[in-house]
Amino acid sequence: MTRIALQSLRKEYAGQVAIPDLNLEIEDGEFFTLLGPSGCGKTTLLRMIAGFNSIEAGTISFDGTVINDRPASERNIGMVFQNYALFPQMSAAKNVGFGLQTRKVPRADAERRIEQALDSVRMAHLKDRLPGQMSGGQQQRVALARALVIEPALLLMDEPLSNLDAKLRVEMRDTIREAQRKAGITTVYVTHDQEEAMAVSDRIAVMNLGVVQQVGAPAEIYRRPANRFVAEFIGKTNLLARDLLRQDEKAMVALGTGTELDVTGLVTPTASGRIQVSVRPEAVRAASSGLRATIVDETFLGSHSQVRARLETGEIIEFLEFSRRSSLWEEGAEVFLEVDRDMLTFFDLETGASIMQGTSA
Amino acid sequence: MKVAGKSFDGWTSVALLLTAGYLFLVVWPLITVLISSVSSGGSFTLDGFATFFSSRLYYGTLINSLMVTVCVTILAFVIAFPLAYFMTMFRIPGSRTIQVLILASMMSPPFIGAYSWILLLGNNGLITRWLQGTFGISAPSIYGFAGILLVLTLQLVPLIFTYLMGAWRTIDVSLLEAAESMGVTGWRRAAKVITPLLLPTVLGGSLLVFVRAFADFGTPMLIGQGFRTIPVLIYSSFVGEVSIDSSFAAAVAVIVIAVTLAVFLIQKFIVDRRTFSMTAMRAIEPTRLTGWRGWLVYLYIYSFLTLALAPLLVVVVSSFRNTLYGQFVAGFSFNNYINAQRDITRYVTNTFSIGITALVVLVVIAVLVSYLTVRRKNALTGALDTMTMVPYVVPGLIIGIALITAFSQPPLVLTGTFAIMVLALAIRRLPYTVRSTTALMYQFSPSIEEAAVSLGASKFRTLMQVIVPALAPGILAGAVLSWVTIITELSTTLFLYNTSTQTLSLGIYAQVIRGQQGTAAALSTILLVLTMLSLALLMRIGGNREIRV
Repeated sequence: MTRIALQSLRKEYAGQVAIPDLNLEIEDGEFFTLLGPSGCGKTTLLRMIAGFNSIEAGTISFDGTVINDRPASERNIGMVFQNYALFPQMSAAKNVGFGLQTRKVPRADAERRIEQALDSVRMAHLKDRLPGQMSGGQQQRVALARALVIEPALLLMDEPLSNLDAKLRVEMRDTIREAQRKAGITTVYVTHDQEEAMAVSDRIAVMNLGVVQQVGAPAEIYRRPANRFVAEFIGKTNLLARDLLRQDEKAMVALGTGTELDVTGLVTPTASGRIQVSVRPEAVRAASSGLRATIVDETFLGSHSQVRARLETGEIIEFLEFSRRSSLWEEGAEVFLEVDRDMLTFFDLETGASIMQGTSA
Repeated sequence: MKVAGKSFDGWTSVALLLTAGYLFLVVWPLITVLISSVSSGGSFTLDGFATFFSSRLYYGTLINSLMVTVCVTILAFVIAFPLAYFMTMFRIPGSRTIQVLILASMMSPPFIGAYSWILLLGNNGLITRWLQGTFGISAPSIYGFAGILLVLTLQLVPLIFTYLMGAWRTIDVSLLEAAESMGVTGWRRAAKVITPLLLPTVLGGSLLVFVRAFADFGTPMLIGQGFRTIPVLIYSSFVGEVSIDSSFAAAVAVIVIAVTLAVFLIQKFIVDRRTFSMTAMRAIEPTRLTGWRGWLVYLYIYSFLTLALAPLLVVVVSSFRNTLYGQFVAGFSFNNYINAQRDITRYVTNTFSIGITALVVLVVIAVLVSYLTVRRKNALTGALDTMTMVPYVVPGLIIGIALITAFSQPPLVLTGTFAIMVLALAIRRLPYTVRSTTALMYQFSPSIEEAAVSLGASKFRTLMQVIVPALAPGILAGAVLSWVTIITELSTTLFLYNTSTQTLSLGIYAQVIRGQQGTAAALSTILLVLTMLSLALLMRIGGNREIRV
């Protein structure tokens, strides 16, 4: 079991800075996800930990020991790749056994462990199949078994589900989570899919342009995003530019005519001026009074509808409608919208940083 | 803190070693030729070039060669395009067999083609005598320009055909359907849609035909007679070196390399600006042809096959005819095989020992070079990759001359050895094998290698236990193709062999020149059988894999 510390890490590609200065601590046994849009440096970082990318500055340590100069083959890492990377000429069992063979594990012991590993990902019945004869999901299960069987100090996964179809993805992420919990191996997981990240992770680091934007548990990141980038990247949100007014001891925001919200306890005492209010779609619902709006369109999605409405200010706001009305709203229909104050977050308009009380980046 | 990472590891030493070896064994000999083309008795001179361009006897061979080459390239394309078009668009009975036979005719030794046409249309040929005896008319002569054109075209049509078939497989049928939906069909579609898509391939294939036809020595030597091409001039001037200035042969060689290089660069310039990548989701589905058009198409395909393969059959049949003083006489027997038994054993043994050694050397170097150029891209491996392409533009005859010039004196004397034969054959084939192995290597995902490394495997272990076994089917298929070209190679080793290293193809050449028709036919039959067996092996291991030469 391993604690990982990344200190002042820097990565350059041919003079271009990919990661300027990065610090992270990953706890023992934790399922830690690097989440961000493509090109944010998450895969680069993962490959630095794996030993496939050079490190321009800073240190990576496992349990306090700096491993910068340790070659990839000696870091005792299990790695799962986006394209499975199974050895095409070897059967499932041979693939899983490869790491044991390089570690010179006695044959009988190795066979027992291969069996167990394949069993844990429910692939024991296909142990003699070649990768070419397996589906993508099956291949990725074997790849997972291959990474876990060596009892690595650290499990690294680079977008392991992005080549699978939507249904398999959900099934497979449960398998991954379950196998990781059982083995208790510290895991670093890379993905660009925020839903997937929230489903599997203990903690998530949201990255953009080589910089960590926020580290936290999934709920924390969703509910209290550290900045506008995180709010927009994780889930959907409506951003409304407003003025934060100080009246006596109170902090007030007017969302629309007659809908002034008292946000005194929510924002920092010093915050004022131009701000952005982040309104999640689920924080809005149609009511008998509130913000006046006209319907733009409604998209029926089965369990709910996705509705877009235009506020008096001209801003478009999107929200979810769960009621069981028999017909959809017509375009141009007049509605009133009620906003749940406790589900709002506030950012400084200029810097994009959170001005919520008790949020740390 | 800096991490060494990939910058210097065992692979760098391998790259250095390969580069050094290549410089010494390939580049240096070619430079020797270059030097001797401009020097005589230790001083600088352009006499060799001056001699060449001063007499029509000499520069005429260049004109002859260019004439043959251009005609063959155009003719081969004109014949191959409909062949490939019909085979792709229409359902042809026996399509699979036809493709195998075309491959067989492509891989059969070129000079056996020439020899078989001598058996048919030569001074004492079957058809010649039959026409003479029955109608009292003389047959068209196989000797000279027309004969060379016929033999080389038949030999090289399959090459372009194979290229075209490969390219065709990458064209998605939706492109044709799109053209059809816009009202472009039939020949207009072939011209406006298909041809542009195939152009890069066509140019690539044409280059190969050009290089082959330009450098071919066996065919013009056997049936050229008065019509001399430039490789024949190189051969005769090098063999008759006592009578001619030594720098002359070298000068001609340099001219030949310059022409090939120029064509190569022009082709590269054109192709580089036009390449696009395609993968067919849905390949073209052949349709059934009916009526007279169907018959015409079948006639075209089967006529070509007959013309390409019948001569080879003639050789096989002839090998069982009785001979007297080397000439065919009435009656059939195994005498040709029995009488030449000792020679046959020697040739076959040499062919296998030299061929297999060359093949092993070739494959090992090709795997290392392609790994380095794909996975360790840097200036050194880039240079190595470029260098391995050098023999591509150097005709075999010149490689032979270069090796004999460089290694007949210290520090390394190799003339007349087993080693120089192996070296020559390996060098000759290296560009092709490196290309095909590199293509395989590119398809191999780097993450598979990283997976092996992350599981604790060393770099060498990764190569031997993961990469090579995974690529083995492709490497093996490439090796069998190389094997076929090695056993049928003639010009490269022509200056390098002696009786203890004479191979089958060299044996055939010697017997034909000596007028031993029976022995030549028997040896040719053995070489043909060996070639066909190798190809059958290739079919087995290669499956439906696309075959490129």
